[in-house]
This record gives sequence, structure tokens and C-alpha cells, in this order.
Amino acid sequence: MNIHQPRADIAETTLAIVEELKGREGPLLPILHELQEEFGYVPQDCLPVIARELNLSRAEVYGVMTFYHDFREHPAGRHVLKLCRAEACQSMGGDALAERAKRLLGIDFHETTPDGAVTLEPVYCLGLCSCAPSAMLDGEVHARVDAADIEALVQEARR
Amino acid sequence: MTTKIYIPRDAAAVALGAEKVAKAMAEAIAARGLDVLIVRNGSRGMHWLEPLVEVETADGRIAYGPVKARDVGSLLDAGLLDGGDHALCLGKTEEIPFLKQQTRLTFARCGVIDPLSLDDYQAHGGLAGLRNAIAMAPQDIVAQVTESGLRGRGGAGFPTGIKWKTVLDAVGDRKYIVCNADEGDSGTFADRMIMEGDPFVLIEGMAISGIATGATKGFIYTRSEYPHAIAAMAEAIEIARKAGVLGASVLGSGKAFDMEVRTGAGAYVCGEETALLNSLEGKRGIVRAKPPLPAHKGLFDCPTVINNVISLASVPIIMDKGAAFYRDFGMGRSRGTIPIQIAGNVKHAGLYETAFGLALGEIIDHIGGGTASGRPVKAVQVGGPLGAYFPRALFDTPFDYEAFAARDGLIGHAGIVVFDDTVDMLHQARFAMEFCAVESCGKCTPCRIGSTRGVEVADRIAAGIEPEKNRELLADLCNTMKFGSLCALGGFTPYPVLSAMTHFPDDFQPAPVVEAAE
Repeated sequence: MNIHQPRADIAETTLAIVEELKGREGPLLPILHELQEEFGYVPQDCLPVIARELNLSRAEVYGVMTFYHDFREHPAGRHVLKLCRAEACQSMGGDALAERAKRLLGIDFHETTPDGAVTLEPVYCLGLCSCAPSAMLDGEVHARVDAADIEALVQEARR
Repeated sequence: MTTKIYIPRDAAAVALGAEKVAKAMAEAIAARGLDVLIVRNGSRGMHWLEPLVEVETADGRIAYGPVKARDVGSLLDAGLLDGGDHALCLGKTEEIPFLKQQTRLTFARCGVIDPLSLDDYQAHGGLAGLRNAIAMAPQDIVAQVTESGLRGRGGAGFPTGIKWKTVLDAVGDRKYIVCNADEGDSGTFADRMIMEGDPFVLIEGMAISGIATGATKGFIYTRSEYPHAIAAMAEAIEIARKAGVLGASVLGSGKAFDMEVRTGAGAYVCGEETALLNSLEGKRGIVRAKPPLPAHKGLFDCPTVINNVISLASVPIIMDKGAAFYRDFGMGRSRGTIPIQIAGNVKHAGLYETAFGLALGEIIDHIGGGTASGRPVKAVQVGGPLGAYFPRALFDTPFDYEAFAARDGLIGHAGIVVFDDTVDMLHQARFAMEFCAVESCGKCTPCRIGSTRGVEVADRIAAGIEPEKNRELLADLCNTMKFGSLCALGGFTPYPVLSAMTHFPDDFQPAPVVEAAE
């Protein structure tokens, strides 16, 4: 039951992406970004293909992928809500805001709601420190987020 | 005649609703049949006024802000196109004191021009530095940058010209220019603003650097948290390439230089230059031991100039106006201007470019206007998560590399985060250790293990467990990290921790233990 069946479609798509990018200098990060863009995460089945094409070991590819916070091993929820936890946002009540978001969603950081709607992630600085606290919902930035805003964001993400 | 209305595309403005304002404005203009061109400019850096809408009139640009989408109708009714009076009207943009008092050299065009118009860029003095540079010998360009006194704006403050000279003198088939745009420090956004608001100045600076050192390829390594900056830079590079500013013959000089943008993947440590190089090569972002210096063996083992965005973006004006012009600003060994980023709990938050030497208190109290919450300032953290916390007693410190170092602080990338009196400094010290633990690359033990132990020790102090002994232990741990770590992440994390302990000892006293009644 638990035997892993490599998915041919993933391998094929991966090969196409690798082929397109492998001519660039230092292609591994661009490839991983592209795969995550395509699948929403970096599936296990991508790794042997990348390793073979770039003449690396699977361990090296896995090591690089897991080093970076951005790359996911598993799919995220349909929406990703990132809250800044860094100092400037802390100075404007970021911690309380994060607690509120956790309560509203019923999850902690790095978790996904049971209905698969929202993944909550910490981020260390969106560069919006002059209008803290800040958040990012599916790539869209929000600044000076207050209690009402976070409720609206959570509601939007829940849909 | 077509009237120009400026609505910023800067991420901070967008995060505060600039897209909605632009959309509402476009619809209102169409509905009223007005002859208006909406220009999406960068930010002027007065972020408490964003979205800041400007209109070009015969009298100069008139500013309105902060504008919400629902204000568009009333603004147009009040005669926006002629700079008409309105509750949100701020008068002439250039006359707003926050802006008027600045010395804008690096950010001269940011917020003024259309960031993606090369014509606009040139009309405002752009490419003059590069044109001068291509007529000069590489040694002379390097000498001019050295004489300007420009030092690395990423935080280390190393003289830019010396770095370039090392790469110029290094032998290699290929050389690279790497722009460190991995601006991960909390409280900083200058790199983001220049990439979104005046991307050509960075392209020009990198091209000059390439011609000066014999490098033909450049990379901008920036953060995945900066989607707007990535998009603006990529588009600007494409425009510059089509116009012959980049490519096989830079401005027809016969010298080649091209570049691309690369995106990091959420690792703070990649802002450290050697970790950044590993990341660019497609490896884990692990710090390299130095030597060899990147100038000798950098990207793919080739001689590499690695400079911060603001360092490179300051080069065009030096090549345009001369070394002496730039050097005349500043104090001591800190020459030129510095874009100070005022952030956190502060009334007038934003970017303030000025000559080195302003007192810290002047920046916080007068320019920043005190806290946003209206409560007293308790501490300010200067230089990001690895920078020291300063109390009001040190507000006479001039903003200068050496003056800050003399007080066990650093200016870093010139970001200041203001905290009011509700902040708990033990909590902030713990956070510094926690952040280091999350972001450590894992290569050296003091940083990898020390940070986790630091969090535990801070927790014991907070819980009132042997507080005296644990305070000593925390200080000892900080010293081990400071002197035993391979790079600035482990090496500088002690700055916020020790400064918090030194300047705010009350916060490190054990919590009163309530005895349970028998």
C-alpha cells in the first residue's frame, strides 16, 4: 500500500523545466523555483530527474531543496498567509496580531487548516517596516494590518 | 495638454492600497473624459503619507496623501488636476519638510520619474556616469570610486574602490559583478525602494563596475519576499538591453556587460556574501571560510565584486559629478550620504537620505517625530536583527560607522526600528537568539548551537531560575559566539543581546515569584 509509485507526469514536466533552465549558470535554484511555481511544492519525484540532468547526487539536490525555507516538500493550502514576525512588526503589535490569526484559523505557524484552505507561515521581513505590521496573502502585500484587517484577510483566505 | 498624475507602484504604497487608488483614478478619469496620464512612480519615501498622489502643475508637483480609493472623486471635484485645495493636500511635494531637508544623491530620482522609462531616467541625469566611465581607463574609474570615500552600504563599510581594485588586478578568464540585494534586515527597505523606484541607477552602477574591473556578467541576487522589486528589475534589464545599455557593446563602447536577476528562497543567511555566492551557484547557502576573498575566488571561483545595492547605486553620481563632490558630504571616515530607513513604532516612518553625521536623537525625535503610539521611546535597534539596541542615553551618537562601533553598535544597512516603553528587552534578546537559531546555516558550532542555548538561557532568566548565574552564562555565550562564529550572523547576534542586557538591566531581573500558599 505504501510503496511509492513515481508519477510519470511529474517526471516529464520536471524534465521539460530542467531542459529549459539547465543552460543557465547555477541553474538549481531557478529550477526549484519553477517547479514550485508549477506544482505548488517540489514533489519527491522531481529530485531524481534533476539529479540525473545536472549530474548531482539525489542527496545534494535534496540538501539544497531543504535548506531554503521557501521550498515545500508537501502541498500548501489553497491560500498561503504570511505574517511578518521581525522586529519592526513586533514594535507595532505584530505578536498579538499573529496570535489573533492563529486563533481565528485554529492553527499554528507552519500548519494548514483541516479543510485545506489556508496555510499560515511566518516571514522575516517583507521590507514594509515603515508601515508595520505587514502580511502577505498569496503574494499580495498588506501593511498597517490591524485586528479588523487580519479578520478580513483570514475570511478572504477561507473562501 | 495632458496632465500627469503620479501614483506609486512601490510595494509599501501598494500594501496601503495604491493599486485600488490607481484603478479608481483611471475609471474616474475615463468617466469624466479627462486628458490625464497616470504615471506609476516609485515612492518618495514618506511612507506615513502613502499612497501619496502627485499632480504635475505649472507650479511644480503638488502632493495629496494618504489617499484612499474613495477619495478619488472628491479630489477630482476639488480640482486635483490644477493642484486644487483639499483636506488631503500637502502642498508642493518638494516643500514637505521631511523631503526638503534631505540630501538626495542616490535617491535623487526615486519617486520622481517613471522607473521604467529610460528617457525619463536620462532626462534626469541618468547614464551620464556610465558615459564618463566608458571614456576612461579602468584604473581611473577605480581611482575615482576610491577617492570618493564610498564604503560598503550593506553594513560592513569596506571601501568600495579597494574591493574593485582587487578584482581589477586579479587574473581570471571571467569576472563577475554580484549585487547583494538580499535585504533581509528588519527595518530596512532602501534596496527594495531603489529597485522598484529607480532600477536603471542600479543597472548603470553595475555596468560601471563591470567596465572598471573587466567583469562581463552581473547578477542581482534578491529576495523572494520582494516580488515587486524582482518584476521591476527584470523589466528594466530587458529595456536596458534593447537600448544597448547592456549587451555586447555597452553604449557602443565595444565593452560587453550583461546581467540578470536571481531570486533567493527565504534564507536570511544568504545576505552574507559567501553564502550568497554558494546560493547563486545552486548550493546550500552555507558560509565559506575567508580567505580566499570573493575578490580573488568568488562566484564559480572567479574574481568577483560583491557589493550592496546602495553602494552600486551610488556609483553613477560619483562618476557623473566626481569624487570630490561626493566626498564633501559626511563626517570622519564616513563620506557621502546614507539612506536612513526609519521604521517600527515611529510617527514619520520612511526613507531619509542625508550626509553622515546626524545625531541619532535628531533622527528619532525630530525627523521621525517620536513614536506612532505617542508613548515614550524606550529603545531603538539600529542595523537590523544583528544591530544593538540603544537607549535614549545614547541618542547623541552621530550616524557614522566609527561612532556607532565605539559604542558597541553598528549602523549596518542603516535601518532604525523604534520601540516604545511597552517593549520587554529580555523578550527582544530572546528573539535575537531565536532568529539566529532559525536562520543559522549550521556550518559553525557557536552560531548553530549557541543560538539555541541562548534561547534556553533567556527563558530561564524570564522564569526566575538562578537569574544571576544565567545572566553571566548568557554574557559568556555571547562572547563565544562573537569571537568564534564564522560570519556576522553568529558573530553579531550578541550585539542586540548584550546591548539589551547592558542598557536595560531592569528587564533582566527575575520575575517576582509568587509563593503558593501552604
